[in-house]
Amino acid sequence: MITNLNTYETVKLKAAKIWYKAAPVSKFPKNGGACIKYKDKQIAVFNFSREGTWYACQNLCPHKMEMVLSRGMIGEENMEAKVACPLHKNNFSLKTGKHLNGDLDAIATYPVKVVDDFVYIGFSE
Amino acid sequence: MKTIVVVGNGMVGYKFCEKFISRKESKQFRLIVFGEEPRAAYDRVHLSEFFENQDAKALELAPLNWYTENNIELVVNERVTDIHRKSKTITTGSDREYAYDYLVLATGSVPFVPPINGVEKEGVFVYRTIEDLEAMLAYAEKIKSTKSDGKAAILGGGLLGLEAGKAVMDMGLEPHVIEYAPKLMPRQLDARSSNVLQLTLESIGINIHLGKATNRILGNGAVTGMDFGEDDALQVDMLVVSAGIRPRDELGKTCNLEMGTRGGIIVNDKMQTSDPSIYAIGEVALYNQMIYGLVAPGYEMAEVAVNQILEKEVVMQQEIDMSTKLKLIGVDVASFGIPYMPADKGLSIIYENKTKGVYKRINVSHDGKTLLGGIMVGDAEDYSILHQMYLNNIPLPDNAEELIVGARGEGGSPFGSAMDLPDTAVICSCEAVTKGAVCCSVLEDGNETVKAIAKATKATTGCGGCKPMVADLVKESLKTLGKTVKESICEHFDYSRQELFDIVKLRAIEDYDELLDSVGRGHGCEVCKPAVAAIFASIYNETANKQNTIQDTNDRYLANIQRNGTYSVVPRVAGGEITPKQLMAMGRIAQKYDLYTKITGGQRIDMFGAKLHELPLIWEELIKEGFETGQAYGKSLRTVKSCVGSTWCRYGMDESVSFAIEIENRYKGIRSPHKFKGGVSGCIRECAEARGKDFGFIAVEGGWNVYVGGNGGANPKHAILLAEKVDKATAIKYVDRFIMFYIKTALPLQRTAPWLEKLEGGITYLQNVIINDSIGIVDELDYEMQALVDSYKCEWKEAVETPEIRERYTHFVNSDKTDDNIEFVSLREQKMPKEWASRSYES
Repeated sequence: MITNLNTYETVKLKAAKIWYKAAPVSKFPKNGGACIKYKDKQIAVFNFSREGTWYACQNLCPHKMEMVLSRGMIGEENMEAKVACPLHKNNFSLKTGKHLNGDLDAIATYPVKVVDDFVYIGFSE
Repeated sequence: MKTIVVVGNGMVGYKFCEKFISRKESKQFRLIVFGEEPRAAYDRVHLSEFFENQDAKALELAPLNWYTENNIELVVNERVTDIHRKSKTITTGSDREYAYDYLVLATGSVPFVPPINGVEKEGVFVYRTIEDLEAMLAYAEKIKSTKSDGKAAILGGGLLGLEAGKAVMDMGLEPHVIEYAPKLMPRQLDARSSNVLQLTLESIGINIHLGKATNRILGNGAVTGMDFGEDDALQVDMLVVSAGIRPRDELGKTCNLEMGTRGGIIVNDKMQTSDPSIYAIGEVALYNQMIYGLVAPGYEMAEVAVNQILEKEVVMQQEIDMSTKLKLIGVDVASFGIPYMPADKGLSIIYENKTKGVYKRINVSHDGKTLLGGIMVGDAEDYSILHQMYLNNIPLPDNAEELIVGARGEGGSPFGSAMDLPDTAVICSCEAVTKGAVCCSVLEDGNETVKAIAKATKATTGCGGCKPMVADLVKESLKTLGKTVKESICEHFDYSRQELFDIVKLRAIEDYDELLDSVGRGHGCEVCKPAVAAIFASIYNETANKQNTIQDTNDRYLANIQRNGTYSVVPRVAGGEITPKQLMAMGRIAQKYDLYTKITGGQRIDMFGAKLHELPLIWEELIKEGFETGQAYGKSLRTVKSCVGSTWCRYGMDESVSFAIEIENRYKGIRSPHKFKGGVSGCIRECAEARGKDFGFIAVEGGWNVYVGGNGGANPKHAILLAEKVDKATAIKYVDRFIMFYIKTALPLQRTAPWLEKLEGGITYLQNVIINDSIGIVDELDYEMQALVDSYKCEWKEAVETPEIRERYTHFVNSDKTDDNIEFVSLREQKMPKEWASRSYES
């Protein structure tokens, strides 16, 4: 079980060195999320089709350290895209990772790109 | 730039700072605050809460950085030792010197410790600061480690003493409150109300000893008992002294300010001491020959001192209102005006009900026109309005007794509305906010919620007692604007759930995006998505599989998510009836997938610990054995609980199990604003607890009694009788209509009990609608319910048989591996999730 809060670290678009080919677009429900495995990491990927954007973040909810964020509902608050953890409805910004309804630590976010109907996630290593 | 030095950082000292920096002239001053405690100001009024949560931060009035942000120099852990009036300087314990132009003394008070022989013994405490409490806690632990029946005495039966009594009880010691006077809270209560309060307190385990003078504190080194003389003694292991307060006036004494004969620094109505550049506020100040030990007058003094320093003409009122309302150990206690008086000054109306622990007294003038004061114990709901009537000299109604016993018969409260009060009426006495200010904030500044009002005016932020009145004023003020408090479901829709229900139905809208595009805005959230999903389900009876990404956590995967992200599986066992064959099948499957099993409160079996990818596999096997989904995950019918009924029971009046199975199968799969449950009992012994359910049937001689609107849970509520002695078909018809009416009109996540409570006209109105068809909708309700019943399908069967749906049950979309973060430990020959990890950063 993971107990370390900094297992996941945000990767900015410019810092992405590796673009991991995760899965075809069809694997990700519209306006919903799915989880992918990269090395020993679990990454939640969201197909925010209403916005026409994609987001990726750690699958780990920092509140109780469970791998569940990909199963959360996505939505928006003041036009800031967010995911609500399915366990206790903690909301995290998908843009910045910031905890929006409390003061948990921010979650790590990752850049996403879609090429030829395939979803790629950017990692620094 | 002039310098203000504030000595003391308690509640009043803090209030002075807060009021001062809110004035724009304050920029021209340097503000330095000294506190001798190691922390910033905290809320002493709610000190006993420290025992419940041990969280000093929760009591904090403002965090340390509030001071820096507002340019206040806060010096904690530093005591001011001398005032040099000639040079206008002070010196501190660490010998530092500060100059002042204005000095504000807010040093407060110390507990008064009477000079009883033995008070210096170990185990004697006072009750004042967080440090006192921590010392008490440590000592209590020590007692408990040597004996299991430790006792603590509290010397003083005033307000603080009783709070301390609760505190030592929470520490696990047996509390004994000892009061010299023949009654509790002698300043606020009369003998009868003290009596009522005493009964209530004793019933929760606080022992009260009245009329006892303590001669001596017994013990050799540490306290072991109290001696009251004449061979009367009480053995105790700890003593908390709470015998009133004495002003902390040493600073005033040593620099020769004018003092009261029994202590306290004398101030005039400007809060000035005999030295015009030195002010005193709060419990150290002697005003009109009185020390005021309440927060509200202290705050008012702070306000006066701020104004005086800024050269504004604001002075202290001549008469200070000492009314108080508090929740003492869960019991309401309030007194206002003159709480008790001899008959030649006024007459009293008294209501006493010892069975409920309620006492109310109001004192009225001889001509019966003016309210002079009163006392309330056990029920102080009407305190705010009575207090306002007293403060504003509002003429009493003809039947003044109705103010405390309630109006007889139908029609309005005897008080009228909060709107009838004059604009000058002070609604929030802690923050001195008037009715006019609240209404103006609503009408002119557009603050339309209690929260917004609190932010703008500070009303409700003190003791919070005025919240109901402020809420009323907000509602009524909005009404005058032609607005009502709108219950729109979230920022994405300006409609209530009921309105959205009608929109979806009338416009035949079929999916969430379509609804959002046509009547909403933005991209939705976790509040509106599941609410709308439930509406679609209620109108089209579509399963949660169709629009799975707008479903709430559990509906999305048709299972209940548990602590470690695994799920639990609950097949339907209608009425709690299950064959041995089915039981064995369930046992086999649970064993195969290594699931933890437990009987639920709803008479069925829950199987825990299934991983996401296992859910379709488990359900495939269950369906093969004849099970179907139990919707334990849904806002929908859960179970209909039954007793064994007349088939086996020698008391049974009718077949409750058969009825329960029929009704559970009738409503299964119907989704609603919140979960709902039913019960059927075969006789009035009510073994199925049907009155604790959203709907319940109880067999009686000659038919069934139908109950609606009950629930267990956090706010238990008994269901109310809807119809008596009706036959089964009629009983079902009424409940059909009740459920359908509820589904169409309730708020999101509102159960039937609060829905019925809010329904204007209550049960009588409901009876008229569904029995007498008063609004002509029963045909529609019947039709809609029958359509839902007829279109039921098991959504798990749908899921396992549909490859695209089945595909959703995988932890990773790019790997067949499962979540390796899930760990189980063993528990009584089964398994449970590993404890939630303590989180930390590792470098």
